[in-house]
Amino acid sequence: MRLEYFQLIDRIVELDLAGRTIKAQAQVPETSTIFEGHFPGHPLMPGVLLVEAMAQTSGWLIIGATGFTRMPFLAAVKEAKLRTFVAPGQILSLAASLLHEGSGYAITKAAIDVDGKTVAQAEITFKVMAFPDPKFRTSMSEVAQRIGFPVEAPAHG
Amino acid sequence: MSSTFDTVANIIAETCDIPREKIRPESHAINDLGIDSLDFLDIAFAIDKAFGIKLPLEQWTQEVNDGKATTEQYFVLNNLCASIDGLVAAKGA
Repeated sequence: MRLEYFQLIDRIVELDLAGRTIKAQAQVPETSTIFEGHFPGHPLMPGVLLVEAMAQTSGWLIIGATGFTRMPFLAAVKEAKLRTFVAPGQILSLAASLLHEGSGYAITKAAIDVDGKTVAQAEITFKVMAFPDPKFRTSMSEVAQRIGFPVEAPAHG
Repeated sequence: MSSTFDTVANIIAETCDIPREKIRPESHAINDLGIDSLDFLDIAFAIDKAFGIKLPLEQWTQEVNDGKATTEQYFVLNNLCASIDGLVAAKGA
């Protein structure tokens, strides 16, 4: 996890396209400038970044479901719950399932577990559209390779 | 069994916190009821679920942007309900 680069997923553990579910893993870094302010003497993974981590996990599921042809953009977060503190060094098990694939949008349900206990959950809405720029998809493809995402971007289109 | 309009109007009232009596068959979802595109996603989700369909929002948006259709054709509630009925009928065909 590289917080400053918004790279919140370390690796994809499982992508089940038939079941419309995904599992991913990430380790909160031991050190980050973010912890200097959040909070002095009591470093905590910011809740908004836990929400972002759930959104990124969901996003990879949607990218997989669309065969890497479409990009999801965060549009709404509902029923977000941050159940307990998450500290530097902890390993996050992230999971998401697709609740609905609409026309141009998708809704997921996502959660984060630490040591088998749910620490965060949310229902997330995405606008889903064509990649706005080929470079964007190329960069996403590079991230996909780095985190072991099993669906390759089409060579053209 | 409630009509398509009643179901849609109830969805809009609950989703967007609009008084039910303000929602009429001739209401334009955007121009009259002030529903924006993000709120309309919630409505679309509820409609998709309630009727077991997939509203073709992308196609409608494209047609409007290309000048091939007007927003009235798709977002006046009478017309929206007719589209829903058509999609439900096509699903059962």
